[in-house]
Amino acid sequence: MDLFVQQLVNAISLGGVYALLALGLAMVFSIMGLVNFAHGEIMTLGGYAMWFVTVQFGAPLPVVVAASVLTGLVAALLMERIAFRPVRGASVVTMLLTSFAVSVMLQVTFQNVISPRPKGVQLPPEMSRVIPVLGVEIGVIQLTAIVMVLVSLGLIMLFLRRTTLGISMRAAAQDFSVARLMGIHADAVVATAFAISGLLAGVAAFLWVAQRGSVDPGMGLTPIIKAFIASVMGGLGSLPGAVVGGFVLGFVEIMLQAWLPQAALPFKDAASLAIVIAILLWRPQGLLGRAADRV
Amino acid sequence: MALLSVEHLTVSYGAIRAVRDLSLSVEAGEIVAVLGANGAGKSSTLNAIMGLLPASEGSVRLDGREIHGTPPERVVRLGMTLTPEGRHVFPRLTVEENLVLGAIPLRDRSRAQALRRRIFERFPVLAERRGQQAGTLSGGEQQQLAIARSLMSGPRLLLLDEPSLGLAPRYVDLIFDLILDLREEGTTILLVEQNVERTLSIADRGYVLVTGQLQLSGPAAELQASSGIERAYLGIGVA
Repeated sequence: MDLFVQQLVNAISLGGVYALLALGLAMVFSIMGLVNFAHGEIMTLGGYAMWFVTVQFGAPLPVVVAASVLTGLVAALLMERIAFRPVRGASVVTMLLTSFAVSVMLQVTFQNVISPRPKGVQLPPEMSRVIPVLGVEIGVIQLTAIVMVLVSLGLIMLFLRRTTLGISMRAAAQDFSVARLMGIHADAVVATAFAISGLLAGVAAFLWVAQRGSVDPGMGLTPIIKAFIASVMGGLGSLPGAVVGGFVLGFVEIMLQAWLPQAALPFKDAASLAIVIAILLWRPQGLLGRAADRV
Repeated sequence: MALLSVEHLTVSYGAIRAVRDLSLSVEAGEIVAVLGANGAGKSSTLNAIMGLLPASEGSVRLDGREIHGTPPERVVRLGMTLTPEGRHVFPRLTVEENLVLGAIPLRDRSRAQALRRRIFERFPVLAERRGQQAGTLSGGEQQQLAIARSLMSGPRLLLLDEPSLGLAPRYVDLIFDLILDLREEGTTILLVEQNVERTLSIADRGYVLVTGQLQLSGPAAELQASSGIERAYLGIGVA
């Protein structure tokens, strides 16, 4: 039982990171039809910002978090302005290739300007402690992840439900040209979508790097592919779907990791993808996707 | 000076010209109809006036100010808005949220509050269903919401694209009564409609398009009496 609870905590903290990334992808996709594969590099930049402030200034934890989140925000806004605004309204393929190009250019830049090798990020030792919660030993990192994920998701939900800009975002995701008839500025809505995706990627970067303790040029690749899988599984373009997809994927991965027999462990990714395929065969539009109304 | 004046408007989709060299004007306080068969270019005309179609040429002036090429999000702030064909309410937003978005062009919060009160009086069904998702409303209710949402920006000139299309007869009556009320209250209306008879009975003037070109225009009463209008709908054109 304890083991299950511990694995559940792991699943929620890993799934939460996927959920943050998938929500960022879904946000941008629902507004401008772009699957941003350079989203992972926003995360990597956040990781390098953490490395920089810890190595250079020995910054305290809150500053490290702020550095990662703000770097995510600024990187996403710059990416939108420089790379994606010129191709807005272009074909899906054009936008997709643009995002691959941005991704590769950033990775090569990291390799040449910083280092192809991983850079260690030293966080305070309290972060890697284990504390008892209700009789179960739980890692501080996992606990932090769960809290930060829930707070981020809660704030995003409040923003989308309660503010005019948030309602505008949902409207623009449903019908972009009619949203413009309401006086909603296309530039503002797209920039906001990128800003939110960048903030979420910054939070995800902190949690990811805190977990593994280092950052390298290709760090963003794995999580971004997982996030993409999560958002497809949840229903591409559906914001709640992306969050649900992230948690489901995290849960599946952790449970396979914990209960697959030793000999089968090398196949855990294959097994988790097989489960994703099974889910999509059952619901081709994704868990919360709508079959026909995204036009 | 005309409130809206359109000169030599041409709208193209690739090689196809949907509207050719169309000129029309709307005076403040008028109800002006644009009539024509399916595919005559009526919706393209409204969309081009509103700035939704980038590929158009010609001049569109609101209060004498050139607005051709101005994006729709700016045009609504100048006091003109469009209720698009097919209603296009935001289906997964509530009635209330749809109306909130309609008021974005207004700077004045208290004016938005007053408009909202007025709209709930005018459309009691929307007040009743304010917390419901717009996609769950009936067609007639969605049309009311679409118009109400446009009215939330306090427009001086309202472009209505096929507001009675596909509605049950009692909603058709309601929409035509509403258009007359709005004019009474000082809103100018440019109306595209399939329902020619009803439209000409409430309009002051009309323009008849055939395959993107102006065939006939004049006071509504004259158009009603003319045989040209039927021929326009049969697609024969007027010699």
